[in-house]
Amino acid sequence: MNMKNDVNPGALDAADQSTDNDGVITERSAFQRILTVTVGPIIAAFVLSAIILMLVGVNPLTYYGYILERSLFSELGLEQTATRMAPLLFLCASLIIAFRAGIWNLGTDGQFLLGAVFAAATAPLLVGVLPGWAVLLVGFVLAAVVGAVWSIIPALLKAYQGVNEIVTTLMMSFLGVLLASTLVKLAFRDPSTTVPQTRTLPVDDRLPRLFDTSISSGLIWGLIAVLAVHLMMTRTAFGLRLRMVGANPAAATHAGLSVPLLTMATFALSAGFAGLSGATEILGVAGNVRANWNPAYGLMVIPLVFLARFHGVGSIVLVFFYSALLIGSESAARRLSVPQDFTLVLVACLLICLGLGEYIDQRKRKKER
Amino acid sequence: METQTDLPPKAAAGLIGVHGVTKRFPGVIAVNNVSLTFHPGEVHVLLGENGAGKSTLVGILSGIQEPDEGHLSLVGKKTRLASPLASLEAGISTVFQHSMLVPTLTVFENLILGAPWYDRPPRARVAARMEELKREFGLSLPLDAITGELSLGQQQQIEIARALLRDSKVLILDEATSMLTPQGAQELGERMQHLAKSGLAVIFITHKLSEAYRYGNRISVLKQGALAGEIDPDELRSMSEDRAIEVIVRMMFGRETDGTSTEHRQSSARDETLLEVQDLATQGDADVLGVEGVSLAIRAGEILGVAGIDGNGQKQLAEALAGQRPAMSGRVVLGGEDITQASVAQRRLRGLRYLTDDRLEEGSVGAFPVSENTVLKDIGQPPYWVNGIERPNRIAQHARDLIQKFSVKTPNETTPIGRLSGGNIQKVLLGRELSGEARVVVFNKPTYGLDLQNIDTSRQRIAEIAERGLGVVLISTDLDELMALSDRIAVMEGGRVRGIVQNDGSGEALRLRIGRMMAGEDEQELATA
Repeated sequence: MNMKNDVNPGALDAADQSTDNDGVITERSAFQRILTVTVGPIIAAFVLSAIILMLVGVNPLTYYGYILERSLFSELGLEQTATRMAPLLFLCASLIIAFRAGIWNLGTDGQFLLGAVFAAATAPLLVGVLPGWAVLLVGFVLAAVVGAVWSIIPALLKAYQGVNEIVTTLMMSFLGVLLASTLVKLAFRDPSTTVPQTRTLPVDDRLPRLFDTSISSGLIWGLIAVLAVHLMMTRTAFGLRLRMVGANPAAATHAGLSVPLLTMATFALSAGFAGLSGATEILGVAGNVRANWNPAYGLMVIPLVFLARFHGVGSIVLVFFYSALLIGSESAARRLSVPQDFTLVLVACLLICLGLGEYIDQRKRKKER
Repeated sequence: METQTDLPPKAAAGLIGVHGVTKRFPGVIAVNNVSLTFHPGEVHVLLGENGAGKSTLVGILSGIQEPDEGHLSLVGKKTRLASPLASLEAGISTVFQHSMLVPTLTVFENLILGAPWYDRPPRARVAARMEELKREFGLSLPLDAITGELSLGQQQQIEIARALLRDSKVLILDEATSMLTPQGAQELGERMQHLAKSGLAVIFITHKLSEAYRYGNRISVLKQGALAGEIDPDELRSMSEDRAIEVIVRMMFGRETDGTSTEHRQSSARDETLLEVQDLATQGDADVLGVEGVSLAIRAGEILGVAGIDGNGQKQLAEALAGQRPAMSGRVVLGGEDITQASVAQRRLRGLRYLTDDRLEEGSVGAFPVSENTVLKDIGQPPYWVNGIERPNRIAQHARDLIQKFSVKTPNETTPIGRLSGGNIQKVLLGRELSGEARVVVFNKPTYGLDLQNIDTSRQRIAEIAERGLGVVLISTDLDELMALSDRIAVMEGGRVRGIVQNDGSGEALRLRIGRMMAGEDEQELATA
């Protein structure tokens, strides 16, 4: 029997496209579908969160107003929002490759952190030895390689044994997070500080800022990464090969493609971009890694990429709003004495509504048939 | 056993029957107006090829599927089996082809699965009944053994025992011998007779002709979803095995409508040998039969038919020719060049093309547009890709040409191919295989599942391809098709070529000769020239 995932991202794409039947109906139902699966759930989530806010005695309009004001309408906030986007964008690139190729790489957090830790450990040592750009380049390349290496075990298991990668990547992710923390505390520890952390990359040697702002140029690289990946998956022979493996491995074998090798390539690329994401955060913003630091961006980005239907531009737009939400809600929470974790409530509402939207959409589709 | 004591008064009406049952699935009629009656005390064999409708019929009897038309009857009364539970309660137990046991549980636990949760496991009673079964039917099962550690034959015994513990009146065995050794099959055959004698109605599904004769009391032959013929117990008893097999072969492979003899194609074979296969063997395993010792030669302009009951190694042969399945030994030579080690892409470039029988799962990517599907075997090749960058306009143009040339019915080339009908997908795939420099085309069941009109056009195209001087390997389970098109017909059974016959247009005699080889007799044994 073939090992097949219950849900296959490629097949999800397929189901999407097989909904509408005729030209005229397509236009309308496409619009309705966007309402049910994207815009509708987002609005519903904000309404739902508003109700919860009202229940705890906070005016939701004030809360949302603060978020907007803080994250988008103040210069500093906007800059912070833009800077926050950089690592998330690299993660989007990572997930777009994987999901379009039918691989559920849920281990991006481990790959991210290990990439970050190795970049953080190496770059400060090279300052002065190599020119500034080379230091950054080495940091990025190393992070990508380390990320990719961390995906080798799930990749081999998936490619040659058909072991479900959802489980293996997730397990490797836990190991990766712990290993990263261990490395910071032991091998890569900065001897001159008391708190366990890596050596710090001086601000001047980090990724350059954009113009006169505090926005890290990692943003630009992130945007390039997402667009490049999007074009690769949709416009090149290599991308089509990966998508074919994702959509129908039997057909790929039939057409003479090496499914195991392409699977390995998918893992390497996806995990490599996750590693790059870690490097942008370190080499662009943080400068070092503290022990137990784990922003868990990887799992955060998954629903966004889904929501964008694995589309590059769509992902960029959603990452922008999500970053704004992250930045804005921190200060909104502080000012209105709502717990900081209320962002999570909002995100949870969003996920629930997205799930419901998907369910309603499926129901409608069944009725249409 | 208590079961046989209260046999229905109207035993003549049969214990269970299906009446005018029809079941449709998208694109196929799986069972077409079939009426059958199963009697207690008989082993009733349902015989037919894969796809003949046997499994669907089993599904209907075991309550997994409900018929679209017609009805079932139980002891002469019209009834409905709406769920597997209803079927079990009606006294029908099914032993499926693949084990329905929990491998990690003990035999005892498997036997009492499905009992109400609030009952104490009736260990003593089960043990006592098992003792009885052991005496009556020779079912000896260690109650405390872990099921997964037992042999397949023993696991099957557990399922039979489970049916008997439920006091079933009807026992369905779906392809029950396919997993067993010949000796195990023999034992099962004897056991079935035993069970029937004790008053059960045993329904035995198989596609093996000799088993049907040896273990059955009554034989019903299914062909393409419809009942093709029946041999009742008296008739069967009076026949010798050879005679019975001949009758069955006639039912399974004979022409249903005589009179109109399909026109035999004028041969266009030339002398030049295009493809030569020497002693080819592939690795087999538990799920996939390997082929062994296959030697074939295909000349230019020739159609070599490959006959055989589905699943006798034809697909593996096709895949080995296409390069999808590695050859363990032997050689494949295309136009004088050894391509045994060549990859799928290399073989394609050299002109060896393979049209798969699995249009949806293997041949196409349903979510991709028609245009991309036309070039899926040329990814990265110019002119559709230049330096790895896709040229959408060239691909679209190519697709439009193909759509026109092969009269594919599709709104346009951007429609996902999964939305087209089987016949139109087939046209796209055919167009894909014939593009560029094709020399030898391997067709695997090219007309399977198509409607009549598409079958006709497909056959015409195959004939045209041969006339153009290409070599054609035509794998088909439809003897009419093979006899209408082929120059020679190779018959495969059990992964081997049982014989290659010249299609001399001798009609019925040839048909039966092929049929017997399909049933596993070697050409030499048939002792014909």
